[in-house]
Amino acid sequence: MSLLEVRDLKKHFPIKSGVLKRTTGQVYAVDGVSFSIDEGETLGLVGESGCGKSTTGRVLLRLLPATAGQVSFDGLDVMAASRSTIQRLRRDMQIVFQDPYACLNPRRTVKNIIAEPLRIHDIGTEAERKRRVFELLETVGLTAEHAERYPHEFSGGQRQRIGVARALALNPRLIICDEPVSALDVSIQAQMINLLEDLQKELKLTYLFIAHDLSVVKHISTRVAVMYLGKIVEVADSTTLYVKPQHPYTEALLSAVPIPDPRTERERHRLILEGDVPSPANPPSGCVFHPRCPRMQPDPCTKAMPTLNVVGTAGDDHEVACYFPTLYDAAGAAPASV
Amino acid sequence: MTERLLEVTDLSTHFFTHAGVVKAVNGVSFTLDRDETLGIVGESGSGKTVTAMSLMRLIPDPPGRIVGGTIVHKGRDLLAVSKEEMSDIRGNDIAMIFQDPMTSLNPVFKVGDQIAEVIRRHQGKSKRESWKMAIELLAKVGIPDPDKRADQYPFEFSGGMRQRGMIAMAISCNPDVLVADEPTTALDVTIQAQIMDVIREMQQAYHTGVIMITHDLGVVAQMADKVMVMYGGRTLEDGPVDEVYYNPHQPYTWGLLGSLPRLDENEKQRLTPIEGQPPNLLLLPDGCPFSGRCPYELPVCAGEFPPLEMVGPGHGVHCWIPVAERFKIRAGLPRFRDKAAS
Repeated sequence: MSLLEVRDLKKHFPIKSGVLKRTTGQVYAVDGVSFSIDEGETLGLVGESGCGKSTTGRVLLRLLPATAGQVSFDGLDVMAASRSTIQRLRRDMQIVFQDPYACLNPRRTVKNIIAEPLRIHDIGTEAERKRRVFELLETVGLTAEHAERYPHEFSGGQRQRIGVARALALNPRLIICDEPVSALDVSIQAQMINLLEDLQKELKLTYLFIAHDLSVVKHISTRVAVMYLGKIVEVADSTTLYVKPQHPYTEALLSAVPIPDPRTERERHRLILEGDVPSPANPPSGCVFHPRCPRMQPDPCTKAMPTLNVVGTAGDDHEVACYFPTLYDAAGAAPASV
Repeated sequence: MTERLLEVTDLSTHFFTHAGVVKAVNGVSFTLDRDETLGIVGESGSGKTVTAMSLMRLIPDPPGRIVGGTIVHKGRDLLAVSKEEMSDIRGNDIAMIFQDPMTSLNPVFKVGDQIAEVIRRHQGKSKRESWKMAIELLAKVGIPDPDKRADQYPFEFSGGMRQRGMIAMAISCNPDVLVADEPTTALDVTIQAQIMDVIREMQQAYHTGVIMITHDLGVVAQMADKVMVMYGGRTLEDGPVDEVYYNPHQPYTWGLLGSLPRLDENEKQRLTPIEGQPPNLLLLPDGCPFSGRCPYELPVCAGEFPPLEMVGPGHGVHCWIPVAERFKIRAGLPRFRDKAAS
């Protein structure tokens, strides 16, 4: 059974205007998202800014109330849970934030920051908590000496390690990593990725890894879900998604990523999407991708959003929401258009 | 015969702060020819942006000052010309695109007016003519409905559109040199692909020399003919892209290439990060700035900066490790093991 099941999750933000602050519209940030994560795996959630990936992460933890949909964690209904149940759930579900500068309170020592979850959940005595903090610092590659210092004394990469130590404090089973490496320089980014991989192995963690960098997501994820304008358009295991993408958006996204290899770059044929991502306050009719899609047909693409359907051989777990997915022949050869 | 547009020799720009002297750029040299793209790659604090700002003479003084070197643009030393001459050169001969398209356009003027102003200032055209030219430029960089768009304010543009607007402004006076400082860092990948496409088209149309400053080795591989790898204010390695990517000699370059997860690798390989933290720019060693983090450091490294050593056509490197030793170390690194065979 999956550890986390998400069914048709929606999060709409009201747009209020005028003196009376009447609701004049909705931002469809997350609009019917479904996925599941198995214990011990990493699901990558990729997409461009404004596609709703971070909002999804926050709604899962009930840091934001959902508009609709079901989330079950280890069989427990997260959306219907009471306050006290949620608090208990948060021991199992933690989050690492993107911005290592904004997510740590500058006036508190590292020890206080990492011990806070323990204090809130009333775990251990003061001395035990202190010991746990030292242990956590070692786990993330810092030392006990760092405990009495303040966040400003650390570099971005070290701060992100502190954020990870805090997320680990309660021995969670699932960690939502919301762009944990995108603020870091490449050399530091690799340290962080290796740390997350090591921790996963050691502590049997499950990750929801939210990021916009496709290379990083491919590297760290078991499966990857691609989001566009509040919807998941394709899900597959990471190799399949990158080798045989079927949704035209996934193809364009992969094609847009420059590869650090000059020869490969010279030989590549790049698919360039026209236009910008539409506003989530006014999403296009039908398939959300149709205004930018090279394969768009007025009927059915502008009429209704295609559902996520399993494609390929059964058990492949490859799902795509497109009326005209790219088909690969039996040998797995890419069609001419890719 | 290619035309040399820019010859920078031993450029040093330091910032004199209360905490001490920050040697942001420390003896950097490079050249740029017509139609050529130079990628300057480095992490935050490597000095790549300060190098660009020095070219434009846009270093805030105080606290910053160009303390040495020459920047020769078509036979004229830009560090010797008067302020007035420099402001003629800026925009006309050397133009720049900045990282943040949200803040580099003035929010209270129409986009068309901002482009037209540059044309009026540098080419002495009339108001009407320059407005017409601004619309043509917007069309050239791929902005739909340029008539209508010229009449709008920056906030009505998306990030990608603003960056197109910036490019239109930068090419308005047909400069020889276009300096693009992280032009797509704030943009999504699909928009990045569009902008890179526009920059390349403009380069082909106007035969510009482009300096592409970025932290993304993929962007350099995609756009550049040659590349300069910076760290802690120094150039550690430079040369044609193929040389630097397939025959890198500097441990820092190995580190950068080894720490990147790649889309085109199908078997999962553990990344090889560069250990340690980025350098404190106030406490840089006199020698190689990478000493302290370099896993192959020799006793001499921290004390003295290694001289330029040519290891291939146009391929220079600064490193104390003897060449034979470098080849041996590199052959043992995961990212280069299979490459060595080909």
